[in-house]
Amino acid sequence: MPPGISLSDFYYILPEIVLTAGALVLLVVDARLPRGSRALTWVTMAVLLATAVSLVPFRNTDVEVSQGLLAVDQFALFFKVVFLVAAAMTVLMSERYLQVEGASFGEYYFLILCSTLGMMIMAGSIDLISAFVGLETMAVSFYILAGFIKPNQRSNEAAVKYFLLGAFSLGILLYGMSILYGVSGTTNLRTMATVFVGHERNPLLVLAVILVVAGMEFKIAAVPFHMWAPDVYEGAPTPVTAFLSVGSKAASFAMLLRIFVEGLPSMDADWRLLFEMLAIVTMTVGNVAALTQSNLKRMLAYSSIAHAGYLLIGVVAGTPRGISAMLIYLLIYSFMQLGAFAVIVMMRRKDVVGDELKDLSGLYHRQPFAAFAMLVFMLSLGGIPPTAGFMGKLWLFGAAIDAGYVWLAVIGVLNSAVSLYYYLRIVVFMYLKKETIGSEPTLSPALTLTLGVAVAATLVLGVYPGLLFDLAEASARTLGASGVTAAIR
Amino acid sequence: MLVLIPLLPLLGFLLNASFGRRLGKSASGAIAVGAIALSFALSVGAVYRLVQLPPDARAIVQHVFTWITSGEFEAGFTLRLDPLSALMILVITGIGSLIHVYSTAYMHEERDAEYARYFSYLNLFAAFMLVLVLGANFVVMFVGWEGVGLCSYLLIGFWYQKKSASDAGNKAFIVNRIGDFGFLLGVFLVFVQFGTIDFQEVARAAASLSPETTFGAMSLITLLLFVGATGKSAQIPLFVWLPDAMEGPTPVSALIHAATMVTAGVYMIGRNAVLFSHAPETLAIVAIVGAATAFFAGTIGLVQNDIKRVLAYSTVSQLGYMFLAMGVGAFGAGVFHLYTHAFFKALLFLGSGAVIHALAGEQDLRRMGGLRRELPITYWTFLIGALAIAGVPLLSGFFSKDEILFRTYASGHTVLWVVGLLTSLLTAVYMFRLVFLAFHGERYVPAVGHRHAEDEAPVVPGDHGAPAAGMDRSGHPHGHGRPGERLHDAPAPMALALIALAAGSILAGYVGLPHALGGSAMLETFLEPSFTIAGAQDSGEPAAGEPGDSHAAESGQALELGLMGVSTAVALGGIAIAVFFFLRNRDLSGRVAERFSGLHTVLQNKYYVDEIYDATIVQPLHIVSEQGLWKGIDVRAIDGAVNGVAQAVGGLSERLRRLQTGSVRAYAASLFLGVVLILGYYVWR
Repeated sequence: MPPGISLSDFYYILPEIVLTAGALVLLVVDARLPRGSRALTWVTMAVLLATAVSLVPFRNTDVEVSQGLLAVDQFALFFKVVFLVAAAMTVLMSERYLQVEGASFGEYYFLILCSTLGMMIMAGSIDLISAFVGLETMAVSFYILAGFIKPNQRSNEAAVKYFLLGAFSLGILLYGMSILYGVSGTTNLRTMATVFVGHERNPLLVLAVILVVAGMEFKIAAVPFHMWAPDVYEGAPTPVTAFLSVGSKAASFAMLLRIFVEGLPSMDADWRLLFEMLAIVTMTVGNVAALTQSNLKRMLAYSSIAHAGYLLIGVVAGTPRGISAMLIYLLIYSFMQLGAFAVIVMMRRKDVVGDELKDLSGLYHRQPFAAFAMLVFMLSLGGIPPTAGFMGKLWLFGAAIDAGYVWLAVIGVLNSAVSLYYYLRIVVFMYLKKETIGSEPTLSPALTLTLGVAVAATLVLGVYPGLLFDLAEASARTLGASGVTAAIR
Repeated sequence: MLVLIPLLPLLGFLLNASFGRRLGKSASGAIAVGAIALSFALSVGAVYRLVQLPPDARAIVQHVFTWITSGEFEAGFTLRLDPLSALMILVITGIGSLIHVYSTAYMHEERDAEYARYFSYLNLFAAFMLVLVLGANFVVMFVGWEGVGLCSYLLIGFWYQKKSASDAGNKAFIVNRIGDFGFLLGVFLVFVQFGTIDFQEVARAAASLSPETTFGAMSLITLLLFVGATGKSAQIPLFVWLPDAMEGPTPVSALIHAATMVTAGVYMIGRNAVLFSHAPETLAIVAIVGAATAFFAGTIGLVQNDIKRVLAYSTVSQLGYMFLAMGVGAFGAGVFHLYTHAFFKALLFLGSGAVIHALAGEQDLRRMGGLRRELPITYWTFLIGALAIAGVPLLSGFFSKDEILFRTYASGHTVLWVVGLLTSLLTAVYMFRLVFLAFHGERYVPAVGHRHAEDEAPVVPGDHGAPAAGMDRSGHPHGHGRPGERLHDAPAPMALALIALAAGSILAGYVGLPHALGGSAMLETFLEPSFTIAGAQDSGEPAAGEPGDSHAAESGQALELGLMGVSTAVALGGIAIAVFFFLRNRDLSGRVAERFSGLHTVLQNKYYVDEIYDATIVQPLHIVSEQGLWKGIDVRAIDGAVNGVAQAVGGLSERLRRLQTGSVRAYAASLFLGVVLILGYYVWR
């Protein structure tokens, strides 16, 4: 056994092992099953479920694994649950989409599982090296997934763009990380936090912060590092877009919190100012640009940019309350965003691409349940009670006000008002327009399940948000063990 | 498991609302009745457990979940069963169940989908009312408070194709909103003043203060809460919605008047008894408004010709009694009357429903008459209800009404007592006018050339009951309108409800048999802990204190007996007047009406209150909204600004869109530029 790794470490990374093994089993099963067999969907679901079950023993642990490469704590756990839920919903909605597109299931599901693995490592990493490995595992899977529909030119273009810009931003991120290592002499974030305590502000460190921020902002698609998002979101297969906008964003936020709150609490004045400006610009540009979009996937891309801006408010607040609000909002966001994409997947038929706004017209008369579900998601994204989106925003903005960032909350609220315009436009098309386009859209059982779960979660968490609150707060507090408390002094 | 009590009807609502149209009548009826009946059984079980506890520790609390936390503000979804809410849940689920059973027959002519819709609303109504009375803090109560408002709107406007019905639904909702606004302001003030919204904690905080001698914070709070109560419980000045609410199906009227909705205001004051008794100024207002409403509505009830409208005004009047009791500090007596009233008012409404059902939608008293022989069950049960509400001894209404009058007199409000007594006279007169016109005398024979009700609906414009429309549509051969044909008495489920309620109207009063008659005022003793706070009886004795020493008790009992005699005489006198004018000498009543035609017209037009509101509030509001707010401010100022901003934002959006060229090089440049810009900012700073 290599030095620094003990047998018990394998126990603590059991979920990751289960997921990896499951992904490999999936490849084998795929080779033995007839092409296009739908059983693969359920094999994938089983792998995800097994991974989720293997998380259960670690619900109260708080340990460092492999001499501080990974942390197995509640913060990581919360995110792992988000990833698994997002992956499961993505898989459920993918089946129909792949059938219509005539793509094969096996590699696709394998890549989904790989990217989930990457996300889980990112959330657990308390070391720059392991974080980077997780990030790349996820990113490379997504590069391939974005171009998975090979005959489709838009899909190809999306993949190439994402890959090139991703590589470019990765360069920036790595540059920042290398400076961090150079100044501190360690890659471990928790050690790094102690190294900087009491030292005067090092200009090189400011440069490192800026570069790391830029690299991470690319991943969460914050302005001005967002340009790739609309093009990639539009071109990539719809379920991939959904997973990209939820899973990848959540994982990047987890990594971002680990780096800045755990690793660089001493620099908090700098990164808070930076995130504050970026939050304002991101919210505003995202919402304003979404107003004139006529393509649903592009519109949701801008909406997801705007949401990255809202989420950054939680980072700026930096208090345990702000971070727990952020965690809650991320989970809520996953449900409503994935649900909305599931409706777009349903709209994809043999004769219609179904991602234009006008494709939705008259949906209420054709598929009342899907229209209702979309209505719920739109209201939730816009932050209207009694949906979860409202509660999430309430906490996020409330945390900002608590931490003294009243203006940030005001700008957030104004942005929510702007966003209603384009969210409700979708509702107008579904409910008030009569003329319909193309053949009847139909729901498969898997799609119905996805929509049902998403609607139920959005409504239940809107009425009974206490369900999540304690969980998120406990998670935020584990992160605070070394970081937040120091950061807020 | 307190939460199951409101949850079951809610479940019934969900089932009927989601699958109702596919279930068919018997299934959706069974679900609704089953849900409320089970909830009744659970209520009985819960109350039984409550009674097992020692009197000063009678409370069962269930914290369901923490609902809202925001800074210091915390609202849990918490339910609390104490003697007061125990009585309420028994009334709501018990009488509610009977009304559900009755409805299965009454609404049978509706189509399946409509039938399911009706029962889903009925269940939802009960669920919200249960939340209202079980809520342990103002916010949970407010959920129920708003919920019953919503359900009343849905049910009053149930026959929404009829304009008068949907108008009545709107009216009920809007008038209630006005009251709700007051209530909400009151709740906000409670939080500002006491820093909590939990009933127990508010009461404790209020008890630590001495009663206000001038109009202070607690007076303002209670006054605002009372504004809410006038909306829900139809008191002056917000009573106007209740008579119009007759547009709904008759069992709904019974539900609104007896089990849910209108009792909410009375209950709310009882729930905040400690707070109210520390604001004597407000209590005086409550008492005066209650007495005035009681009398005022009684006079209107005297001349109405629509059978349901008479009952509606009688409810307004009886609610006035309850507020009178609250206002003089006799919280127990007020709630006692609420409880007995639930029985006989439900009975009277369901009885009138049976009449309307038998006559295929006829609601005009002048077109009834002589029904006694053909509808014996309805007649006898209705008579019991009338005797009970009139306050004839040995029936339930007597005990509770008498308790209120006694407490009013004993607390020194002689003028209010006289008003109450006069109202009691009016009650006896109008109730027996109704009984005699509908059930005695000869059957009404339509004038020659007048066709049957089925051929020509509506018979009486405006006040015509909608069931006729329902029956016409289904084509059910309810040819009961024809004179000379035998009428059907209430079918089994309806008869069952009527008989059960009649029994209740007789017996319900005995749980509160006063000391003067050798009883022990059991109910009031049971309720007492709800109006005080545990371990603080000495500071600010809120509820009507029992007479202290035995000597005072004796003289009090003599007084009570004396007053009982007076009110009995008044009630019987009222019945005698009714016998004289409406049974023996009907012509005379017409001549009296002519003689005082001015007064008669004013009464028949309900003092023109609706017209006055229309002229002084609705029309000016309309003009200001349309000319000023809409055309002036909204179109010019706000729309102008909004459109201007929207155009600007749209323009910006368009420009951003053009930035998105799709070129990878441009995107990479933007990444780089972003970093440089940020760096530049730091360097420049």
